[in-house]
Amino acid sequence: MVSNVQTPAVPASAPMFGRTFLWSCLLIAVLLALPLVAPRYWVYFAGILGINIIATHGLNIMTGYTGLLSLGHAAFVGVGAYTVALAQLHLGLPFYIAIPLAGCAAAVIGIGFGLPSLRIRGLYLVIATLAAQFILNFVFVHWQSVTKGDVGLTVQPATVFGFPLNNETRVYYLILFCLVVATWFAVNVIRSRVGRAFIAIRERDLTAEVLGVQIVWYKLVAFALGSFYAGVAGGLLAYFNQFVNPEQFGLLLSVFFLSAVIVGGMGSTLGAVLGAIFMTLLPEFLREGALAVGGTFGFDIASILVPLREAVFGLLMVAFLILEPRGLAQLWKRARTRFSRSDNVA
Amino acid sequence: MNTFSAFLEYSAVGIAAGGIYALIALGIVVIFKSSRTFNFAMGEMMMLSAYFFYTAAVTFSLGIFLGVVVAIVGSIAVALLIERLALRPMMGRPFIAIVMVTFGIGSIIRGIVGMIWGPNDLQIPAILARTPVMLGDIFIPGKTARAFAIAVVIVGGLIAFLRYSRAGIALRAAAADQITAYSMGIDVRRVIAFTWIIAAITGCISGILMANVNTLTPHLGLVALNVLSVVILGGMNSIGGVLVAGFIIGWLESVTGWMLGTEFREITPYILVLLLLLVRPTGLFGTKEIERI
Repeated sequence: MVSNVQTPAVPASAPMFGRTFLWSCLLIAVLLALPLVAPRYWVYFAGILGINIIATHGLNIMTGYTGLLSLGHAAFVGVGAYTVALAQLHLGLPFYIAIPLAGCAAAVIGIGFGLPSLRIRGLYLVIATLAAQFILNFVFVHWQSVTKGDVGLTVQPATVFGFPLNNETRVYYLILFCLVVATWFAVNVIRSRVGRAFIAIRERDLTAEVLGVQIVWYKLVAFALGSFYAGVAGGLLAYFNQFVNPEQFGLLLSVFFLSAVIVGGMGSTLGAVLGAIFMTLLPEFLREGALAVGGTFGFDIASILVPLREAVFGLLMVAFLILEPRGLAQLWKRARTRFSRSDNVA
Repeated sequence: MNTFSAFLEYSAVGIAAGGIYALIALGIVVIFKSSRTFNFAMGEMMMLSAYFFYTAAVTFSLGIFLGVVVAIVGSIAVALLIERLALRPMMGRPFIAIVMVTFGIGSIIRGIVGMIWGPNDLQIPAILARTPVMLGDIFIPGKTARAFAIAVVIVGGLIAFLRYSRAGIALRAAAADQITAYSMGIDVRRVIAFTWIIAAITGCISGILMANVNTLTPHLGLVALNVLSVVILGGMNSIGGVLVAGFIIGWLESVTGWMLGTEFREITPYILVLLLLLVRPTGLFGTKEIERI
């Protein structure tokens, strides 16, 4: 059986590394300059976008590259956020320790949930991650003495050499730094031996095992890595909002990340970026559109926004899976080849 | 009342609630057997059916009997639409892609229901009498007991039907080996559509019962995610297993809720699932599948 989601083991862009590198530098320069020119709301939005992209990279490594479906990604983001909040509250750790710690905490807890089912194939991991989503959220809500339940925890701004990152713009640079590192790592890990093992497991795990890939080990690595990304994203979110509560990490957020991976294109790092951007912007457009329509016809649109978002997320997931399983990344490639035939990108 | 009789009472209530779990789980298992599709949208299908019933019985005041008929017909139509539009194009695609599609469908249904009927609780007309049932000293709320009776009769009937009818034999043939089933003249696509109809019916009835015992909200579907643990415990390809597993999980939920506090009810099934994955992933009655490379 040939899977419809295929990724070349070595990305086709390898020979044109130079050009990709230049474009990346240009993009980073633009992003660095953004807060100088853009309004505050944009910067805030870019920060959220960055966090979402990091988390989506994580899910893409698990689901897109390795074929391990996780329905509990939001809960692991939550673990990261709570780790930062608690590490700061009780241990007074600075951000450069707290954020990696958040990643590690999420990875450890992720493995705790994933380990029993990673040994077995099939549906079990999906259900274990769903269990993680509900159990972790339960812990966030009900472990009152530590998490303060629904009230949540406040987080003090991170400080760099005594300089507090106390507004959107300052945290934005921290997020941008993490985003660049995370993306760089995601691109490169897939080119490595580890990445090839991930893809082999996704395509045909039994065959991979026969060929000598230690599938349980690599599944574990993929799962830990994906959860680590989620934890880092959660840690950044905690610094960004300066506030953590259980409501932020519900099932809807897990659906959000999953749809971002699918819409962007499973098994494509570019796809994870595009998907996260698309899915973050979409609710804004939906809200604007719905409010405009509601204003014209006099409906009470505000009350249906949340379900509308849920329905649209689901619809996009189903539509992309059926019609374009390689997602926006494929559409992007196709558009590029149409404009520059000489590039010879499939 | 002493502790032991309280324990018995909670046990009885839990087992009674487990009847509905078995009914929902049956819908999942039947589809899984025929097409290796694990239907994560089952809870939402169930919730949607309850809303169909509400609309027919209350909004259009058709009465309870016609309401149930309309709800069943509506659910079957929705199930067939889902199967035809979303899952048939996915045939032969990787397993996790299919799971994601059903998960997406669940999300769509939740959203649509939220948009049409709103987030508030709705009261559906009482089908089940309230008068409690006494088993000796044990007191069981009337609705729960009657819902249990209905669920068990339907599950029992369906198990017998799948065992002895032609359609049931065709289903098992398709489950055992699709290609051979095709070559023996069984229309596997029709078998799959048929299993979706069964799932629609069990989902519809369990949805109406569930909405009767609790209330009707868009969260009804999420409650049914507990059923996943029933399916795992029973063994994913065991039709008979769901009944026993449903009872066990209903019982466990009720008893842990009593001993540790009601908030623990919601995660009991998930903790059980995790333990189960550690010990016996094939469930109580499932069989391990052997694959060729």
